[in-house]
Amino acid sequence: MGILSASIAKKVAMALSGLFLVFFLAQHFTINLSSVIDPETFNNWSHFMGTNGLVQFVLQPVLILGVIFHFVMGIVLEIQNRNARAISYKSYKGSKNSTWASRNMIISGLVILAFLGLHFYDFWVPEIVYKYVDVKEAVEDRYFIELVHKFESPVRTGLYCLAFVLLMFHLWHGFASSFQSVGFNNKYSKALQGFTKLYAILIPAGFIFIALYHHFNQLPH
Amino acid sequence: MKLTLKIWRQANATAKGSMKTYPIEDIEGDMSFLEMLDVLNEDLINKGEEPVVFDHDCREGICGSCSLQINGEPHGPDRLVTTCQLHMRMFNDGDTIVIEPFRAKAFPVIKDLMVDRSSFDRIQQAGGYVSVNTSGNTIDANATPVQKENADDAFYAATCIGCGACVAACKNASAMLFTSAKVSQYALLPQGQVEAATRVLNMVEQMDKEGFGNCTNTGACEIECPKGISLENIARMNREYLKASLQG
Repeated sequence: MGILSASIAKKVAMALSGLFLVFFLAQHFTINLSSVIDPETFNNWSHFMGTNGLVQFVLQPVLILGVIFHFVMGIVLEIQNRNARAISYKSYKGSKNSTWASRNMIISGLVILAFLGLHFYDFWVPEIVYKYVDVKEAVEDRYFIELVHKFESPVRTGLYCLAFVLLMFHLWHGFASSFQSVGFNNKYSKALQGFTKLYAILIPAGFIFIALYHHFNQLPH
Repeated sequence: MKLTLKIWRQANATAKGSMKTYPIEDIEGDMSFLEMLDVLNEDLINKGEEPVVFDHDCREGICGSCSLQINGEPHGPDRLVTTCQLHMRMFNDGDTIVIEPFRAKAFPVIKDLMVDRSSFDRIQQAGGYVSVNTSGNTIDANATPVQKENADDAFYAATCIGCGACVAACKNASAMLFTSAKVSQYALLPQGQVEAATRVLNMVEQMDKEGFGNCTNTGACEIECPKGISLENIARMNREYLKASLQG
């Protein structure tokens, strides 16, 4: 793995890709929130994101690579870490010295990965087919209707909410932890930790709110 | 008090071990955990059985020899103490105590509860020292001024006794807290600057070679460390490592 062979290099790479995804999440959340406040704004922003060359052909591939890197590295690290203790303890009280979220990043991470599969199937794949396979005409106000339509199903809404709860756990440990990984631990760390914990709760809770809002506020048929 | 001990027994490094149950009586609260094991071993010897092998030396909490995973925690349920300073008053009459060796691929079991922690020695040998010219012009350490905060932090890092509780507690069996304490101890002092870059690179390389896991910042090591070595040391080592890597 060359440059990423050392444990600290992997740790820093994991932290930086995580921070990048945290930043993306805030941007995604902002656009989604507009669907609750003003559908027209949501349509405008979605149309911009869906047709802008920089977003489509530079930022989108970078984001996809970032996601792939983060989960592949996460799985590689998990395998290495499991191998580092060949014989497990008969009695191991992890809850006495660490949080559930910190010990189970692989579980929350795999649930988020499964959710990404569903999310891509729901939104990304149809969007790519619409634009680049069927090459249909750009319709600027289609996004809001498509979004609300997806949240008709209680099963899909439930799965989305479940994934957001696991995202909460993942961010609760991961966001704060990434600063420690890049070597940031000083007198400002406590305040920064407070911010990361707040972010970890508010953003997923906001996503849950948006999903439930559209589920219960369906358009008249 | 009467207790039931469930102890990992393993004849040698290659043998397959298993948990064995031993009832024990007349244990007093003022006894240390190791004294309780001494009582058990006396019983076993009197019965003609093989005594339980465990590491110990100073029994004052400073040598780092004693280990033991007690009821799922390294050095047992008390905080900031080693196994030798863990008192039996932390347990209740009728309790069952599960005693296992520190588990890590880099800490192979030698016999019963004794593990080989020489991987820590090799990490230390890779750079945990300051080269000093002793050919007659040695500089008195006190002649080099050190900022108070740095001197204090270096001292706290140096209190690491290398017992391996951090590795035992970590779900990944990572040795980052130990290695970072040894790196920090010198990184904070002017005397440690000359070899700062090679020290951190070599020690981390050796740590990885030994087969320890990767740090995922769970913080279990800091909580279970009998000397309270802080996670700040890990962040410092990460900084030192990045700095050294970027310098080439």
